[in-house]
Amino acid sequence: MAGVLGLLVLSGVLVLSGLLVLSGCAAPPPVAKPAVRDDLVVLLPDRDGKTGALALTHEGTERVLDAPYAAARIKEVGHLETGASTPDEVQRVFAEALAAQPPRPVSFLLYFLEGQDTLTPESQQVVQQIFAEIARRPSPEIVIIGHTDRVGSVAANDALSLRRAQKVRDDLVKLGIPADRMQVAGRGEREPLVPTEDEVPEPRNRRVEISVR
Amino acid sequence: MTTRFHRVPRLLLVTGGLALLTVWPTPAGADDVGLIKVVKGTVQIERRGQRLPAQVGAKVEPADVVTTGPDGSVGILFADASLLSAGPNSVLVIDQFRFDSTTNQGAFETTLRKGTLSAVSGKIAKQTPDAMKVRTPTTVLGVRGTEFVVRASGPGD
Repeated sequence: MAGVLGLLVLSGVLVLSGLLVLSGCAAPPPVAKPAVRDDLVVLLPDRDGKTGALALTHEGTERVLDAPYAAARIKEVGHLETGASTPDEVQRVFAEALAAQPPRPVSFLLYFLEGQDTLTPESQQVVQQIFAEIARRPSPEIVIIGHTDRVGSVAANDALSLRRAQKVRDDLVKLGIPADRMQVAGRGEREPLVPTEDEVPEPRNRRVEISVR
Repeated sequence: MTTRFHRVPRLLLVTGGLALLTVWPTPAGADDVGLIKVVKGTVQIERRGQRLPAQVGAKVEPADVVTTGPDGSVGILFADASLLSAGPNSVLVIDQFRFDSTTNQGAFETTLRKGTLSAVSGKIAKQTPDAMKVRTPTTVLGVRGTEFVVRASGPGD
């Protein structure tokens, strides 16, 4: 019974569309719909609770996200909605990406005697902690960055800070870390821990930072 | 007068030498862009027409396209200490990376064609706001620090 009904409906439809074609009626053109998307951007708080900012541009619209969990969504091209997301939504949508995050770099500081590339006695003990951190990571890299205080010219401090980093690198090679896992850099007087006027000695700035990552 | 004339070249020599020290490229790490640190499931790198399986410890280069399968996820550490990680069914293009480890200046641009991304910005973004950018098919993000997530999803993705 249902089969016969179906056949009847089908043949009715066929006849109707056939008539339409014959009469020269074209189907109305499809209405252009905005492209559908499911895009999401969420700004997250840092580990120390601070939050940075993102400048977002979409089809000429610009928005800045600068609060924890501030979010932008695009469900339709041309329509940018800003609002808030939640830790739950972030965990739900981004669980795998977040779980694949590499371990954060860990930094150690070693201090030097003034104007020399010799470590202070206290700093020599920090080397043990560095080794422990290296052992903890697959495919570890070590970045050794030298810093100076502002005594001396910018150029001289660039050279001195690089020499300090190289000296630490050579010491670590002697202790068994492969040289090809280490990189050196000299930041000179650009990144003081304790800001001072030019030419002011400051032992706390005369340091080498070892980043294990 | 003659004394002054003789002193000037020596001074030029000293300052010229110091100038060379600052102009000389930072040794070691100048070529490094990124290193893969986490691989789960299917992850591949497309490079110069070839598809290579991604492995922990493998390098990432500009123009690489990193893709993850339905079971895949990947975490990458970049030379400026920024972290990017992608979830399953993602396509991440490394458009540009350059970094000067003396000045911390540089540029870092990627495109998430589809999928999910989690990011922690590094020294490039900290030194120069918006020098780190993430693009999707619909947006450009200028990064001013520090941690954020992005999903790019269109019909058929």
